[in-house]
Amino acid sequence: MGLHSIFDVKEEVLIVRLSGEIDHHGAESLRDKWKDMMYTTPVKHVILNLEEVTFMDSSGLGVVLGRYKEVLQLGGEMVVCSVSPQIKRLFEMSGLFKIVRLEENEAFALETLGVAS
Amino acid sequence: MRNEMFVEFSSKSENEAFARVTVAAFITQLDPTMDELTEIKTVVSEAVTNAIIHGYNNEPNHKVYIKCVINDGDIELTIKDDGIGISDIDKAREPLYTSKPELERSGMGFTIIENFMDQIEVISSPTQGTTLHLSKQLVKTKTVYS
Repeated sequence: MGLHSIFDVKEEVLIVRLSGEIDHHGAESLRDKWKDMMYTTPVKHVILNLEEVTFMDSSGLGVVLGRYKEVLQLGGEMVVCSVSPQIKRLFEMSGLFKIVRLEENEAFALETLGVAS
Repeated sequence: MRNEMFVEFSSKSENEAFARVTVAAFITQLDPTMDELTEIKTVVSEAVTNAIIHGYNNEPNHKVYIKCVINDGDIELTIKDDGIGISDIDKAREPLYTSKPELERSGMGFTIIENFMDQIEVISSPTQGTTLHLSKQLVKTKTVYS
């Protein structure tokens, strides 16, 4: 299993596509790579695509919250898309949708951030 | 029908996935729904992560123990460590509270466990380790037996 991440930059938007399982074990290296991308590329917003994520626990929430704080400092917005019902429930339980916007898919999310796909 | 299993493993983060998949495989014989299976996996993941990060301060040379008893549609889970223990259990169970904010913990572990299980009992004191007793009745059997 494990966790895999792909990063893509479109204009001011960093797209983070994850696949696999996000737990404490996978969260640490994800945090390092993600942080690195945010500080080495001139991005403002983040789209988190969770379409291929099969499992997530509170360690994953911690990484998302950590990056949310950084996006906020950049004056940007974090949008999450393509979430499974299980992950949606986890986000609802922790109140994450109060600070992170949910969109159906990546194309929609990009459009709302002013990027034509 | 009663059935039980017991596993012990090193306090390494690699074993978080091993633990949740093992328990999920064991309870599959109860024919749980996909939601119930995900809930149990998430709960095991949270409890084992707590044992490793908080109980053992991320030291890999200790042991985490899981016992799972199924009895008809009842699942009883015991997840135990011999780590540093919790001095204030009520505080630890508060949503968003974490004793390790520097590690980017969300503080939602216990809250998730409470939401996904029917009953939770935490036995812990400093230097005495932590034991979680968790139970849950599967929905299908709830309707059959109630």
